[in-house]
Amino acid sequence: METGLKTEAVSKFYQMGSATIKAVDAVSIEVCPGEFVALVGPSGSGKTTLLAMLAGLLRPTEGGIKIDGRDVSKMSEKERTAFRREKIGFTFQANNLVPFLTARENVELMLRLNGKLDKAGKARAQDLLERLGLGDRMNNLPRQLSGGQQQRVAIARALIHEPSVVLADEPTASLDTERAFQVVETFSTIIREQNRAGIMVTHDLRLVQYVDRVIQMMDGNLARIITDPDEICDMATSGKHEAPAAMPVFPAKEQAVYLGEPGLVPVA
Amino acid sequence: MGAYLAIKEIWRTRGRFLLFSMVIGLITVLVLFVAALAEGLGSGNREYLQKLTADLVVYQTGVDLSPNASRLGTSKLNELRRVDGVQAVGPIGVASAVVTQDGKKPLNVALIGVEPGQPGEPPVFSGTQLTGRRNRDAILDRNTALRTGLKVGDSFTIKSIQDAKEEFYTLRVAGISDRRQFSLQPSVIIPLLTWDKVRPQAVKGGVEGAEIVANLIGVRLTNPQDWAAMAKQIDAQVKDVQTVDRVTAYEATPGYSAQQSTLNTQKYFALLIGILVIGGFFQILTLQKVPQIGMLKAIGASNFVVGTAAIIQIIAVTVFGVALGAAVTLLLSLGFPPTIPIVFAPSAVAASIGALLLIGPIGGLVSVRYSVKVEPLTALGLA
Repeated sequence: METGLKTEAVSKFYQMGSATIKAVDAVSIEVCPGEFVALVGPSGSGKTTLLAMLAGLLRPTEGGIKIDGRDVSKMSEKERTAFRREKIGFTFQANNLVPFLTARENVELMLRLNGKLDKAGKARAQDLLERLGLGDRMNNLPRQLSGGQQQRVAIARALIHEPSVVLADEPTASLDTERAFQVVETFSTIIREQNRAGIMVTHDLRLVQYVDRVIQMMDGNLARIITDPDEICDMATSGKHEAPAAMPVFPAKEQAVYLGEPGLVPVA
Repeated sequence: MGAYLAIKEIWRTRGRFLLFSMVIGLITVLVLFVAALAEGLGSGNREYLQKLTADLVVYQTGVDLSPNASRLGTSKLNELRRVDGVQAVGPIGVASAVVTQDGKKPLNVALIGVEPGQPGEPPVFSGTQLTGRRNRDAILDRNTALRTGLKVGDSFTIKSIQDAKEEFYTLRVAGISDRRQFSLQPSVIIPLLTWDKVRPQAVKGGVEGAEIVANLIGVRLTNPQDWAAMAKQIDAQVKDVQTVDRVTAYEATPGYSAQQSTLNTQKYFALLIGILVIGGFFQILTLQKVPQIGMLKAIGASNFVVGTAAIIQIIAVTVFGVALGAAVTLLLSLGFPPTIPIVFAPSAVAASIGALLLIGPIGGLVSVRYSVKVEPLTALGLA
């Protein structure tokens, strides 16, 4: 069976009066199991819209999205809800946890939603939380946990039901640098260990040191894919916290591509 | 799953839900008390006529069915008796008097004169029925007995204004009937001939030899189911009378309908306020939870789960609040003296509780719909 995640020229257009806004324009990417990918780009570049389509939260205007060989874009709303529940692990920028459930209950929630909360599942939730350094906070409510601890609970919840794809939207937005690095490092380790396809949307370029590939977006297009470890390392240490909104950070030749200079073909 | 989320949230934020249940509890107390007051005042007004052992009540024409204004002489009794299908007739005289007891507050009572054994005399549950046509025996209704403390065989004195002077008459308790208040007064039922002597009037002891004039006549029919046709027949056959059934009779009692509609309006407003309060509370709660609901949907919770959780919470809070209010009302009602016209009739209480249990789901409908409509995209800040 085909596994992992693959998009085929996926697009999302919005009509605003007579103008068509291309939030995501024919983006094709592939993320294999065990691979952790960063999706970067300035605000408005379309990365969150792409993430929403990958999660089955938004239906693409054109193109297809295949996860484990199934086309998410062709599913009904009900099917997409069930698909998210079973195949996708999700962490968000904020409001990650159910405030009235303990850390353990929040993690077990995914198993409950899937009707698969058994003894083994409970033991797995405990192991995962212990592994994430929350062994002594399992019975705490979210308000009794720090931002970093909450984010780690969210990570455990995103992984507990053994999803095919794990999506993280700005997982470190509310964390200090040290915590952010710890959280993403643990996240990347577990994703690789458990052989999930992981995608992280982030503004913080320093975090790309933990990923296998960087997918850079600009104005709804795929601007660049960086696979060279040295280049990723350079990007992570360049000191930039955010990809600039006006101009993506890439060399002169590719900037020319982005600007659409004649004779140059956009990177696909 | 919906139940799990609903129960966990209620338990972990129980202070908030308890506070809200208490608001519903107070609304319940208010609604039940208004309903009990309506029932108490209503029954206080209608009891005697409602429980009358007659199928029809005859009034004088042109008095707008007012018992005090209606005057029917004994000659009418004979005319009524002659109507085919009439089984029995009983004259009923109504007046007011005061029961005086040493060391006790005087008690205003409805002094009702009836023909022993005829429609108008209530059945007693202790003691005996009236035996003589002109003796000093009396039947007390339960309310009078409770408020005076009189028992079967006791003698008591009533005060009546005759010829602008206070006159005192001694009566004896022959029997005690169930509650038979008339115009919100507890009643003392005596033989009509005795009544005609002791009732307040211009001449002390009444005018000897004058025709006895009652206010109403109770008519028992051979075939009670023919009451409508019989009422028409009586009106056609007997001059200057208006015949109605018991329900029409008590509903026409002066002030009865106005009082009932006022109290019912209060009750319906309390229910409406309840619907709005519950609706408002759950709407605010839902608005606060939009990010959380969005996140739940994004991770795969279905509309069914989210909707069920909301409905269960609404039902739980309403049921708990109504139970709390009903319990408080019950405790409060135990301490009420018989002088307060509050009656918790099982049917009225059940109807009010039923209506109160409905206000939750009705009030919460909007918020349930709102919960279900929350976009999972909210979780990504895109909705």
